[in-house]
Amino acid sequence: MGLASAGSMPYQESKEEFLTTKLSHLIDLLRKQSINWSRKNSLWPMPFATACCGIELMATGASRYDIARFGAEVMRFTPRQCDLMICAGRVAIKTMPVLQRIYMQMAEPKWVISMGACASTGGVFDTYAVVQGVDQFLPVDVYVPGCPPRPETLLEGVMAIQRLVDNEGMINSKDRERGLGLVVQPTVQVEVEKGAGK
Amino acid sequence: MSAKITPVIELLQKQFSDIDFAPAPLLEMEDQSKEQWCVKVGADKLMAVMSFLRSDERCAFEQLSDLAGVDYLNFPNAKDRYGVTYSLLSLSNEHRLWVKVFVNDPNPEVPSVVSIWHGATWMEREVWDMFGVRFTDHPDLRRILTWEGFEAHPLRKDYPLTGRGERENFKVITRESA
Ligand code: SF4
Repeated sequence: MGLASAGSMPYQESKEEFLTTKLSHLIDLLRKQSINWSRKNSLWPMPFATACCGIELMATGASRYDIARFGAEVMRFTPRQCDLMICAGRVAIKTMPVLQRIYMQMAEPKWVISMGACASTGGVFDTYAVVQGVDQFLPVDVYVPGCPPRPETLLEGVMAIQRLVDNEGMINSKDRERGLGLVVQPTVQVEVEKGAGK
Repeated sequence: MSAKITPVIELLQKQFSDIDFAPAPLLEMEDQSKEQWCVKVGADKLMAVMSFLRSDERCAFEQLSDLAGVDYLNFPNAKDRYGVTYSLLSLSNEHRLWVKVFVNDPNPEVPSVVSIWHGATWMEREVWDMFGVRFTDHPDLRRILTWEGFEAHPLRKDYPLTGRGERENFKVITRESA
């Protein structure tokens, strides 16, 4: 634009050309949208539940919170059928190679939710035997806080993955940045009165 | 300390008159019949004493119900660094006995009792893993709880809780390498 292109002839589209381009854009958009829409509503989680967070994961799958509302109820226990790993609970260092192997076996495109304080940071288990955050060894997309996170918070995490799929399309995890750093806000804010507990 | 020792300890003292067993009840109780007794043995005499306890029919300790390690670092009045405790149970004679062995750095070694009680295999592996007490003649002395390549013995009192950076040597999967 501007001075640099002032000498050259501006490109002139005929009306027909213009219409075909717009039409193919529209078709592309629709196709992309529909594929993204169907994929984001059919995430198949891999429940890697190693500790107490796993109980909350089960509650999320049960009828009261019903993760099926987001199309993610198909928990598969083989990584080859999954595209969303939910790492729920603290990971012992001896388990880390297993987790990595499962992650490597999942088909692209794949996403990872680190659920709970332990999976994200090691939590209260600051010992030699526990991994201090799975993101040291795995690329994590969404961190869900809480100890354990309430089912609503986990659902918020699943919805964050859905927004990612919606915005970015189904690009492979290789083409995404390491650690999107997306942190889900807790759904419930507890307010402590001043002077409470004294 | 209550005066009366149990018949099993009397037998032991008669059989091995050269060993000072230093028998003592674990807890002194009002009802002395409920007391459980503990004897101390040196690591060199352990196998002879244990085979006697297992095979003599007045003792007949068929079951090794527990085997545990203890680190006595900075323990008040402790003379030795490591202890290995055997809890024996006789189902046929309905009595129990505790046997303690003490060993020291730099080479804590205790003979393995796997040839007498086969159930000791994993318990001895656990004590080796956690305390670094080596069991000679153990058929398969590998680590049982920590992972291969782990160097330390984490239940030793001088091992820091957060480790010595062992967790840093793991493979890292990045998005590029996945
Ligand atoms: S974050 Fe809390 S609930 Fe979850 S695994 Fe850790 S200790 Fe358990």
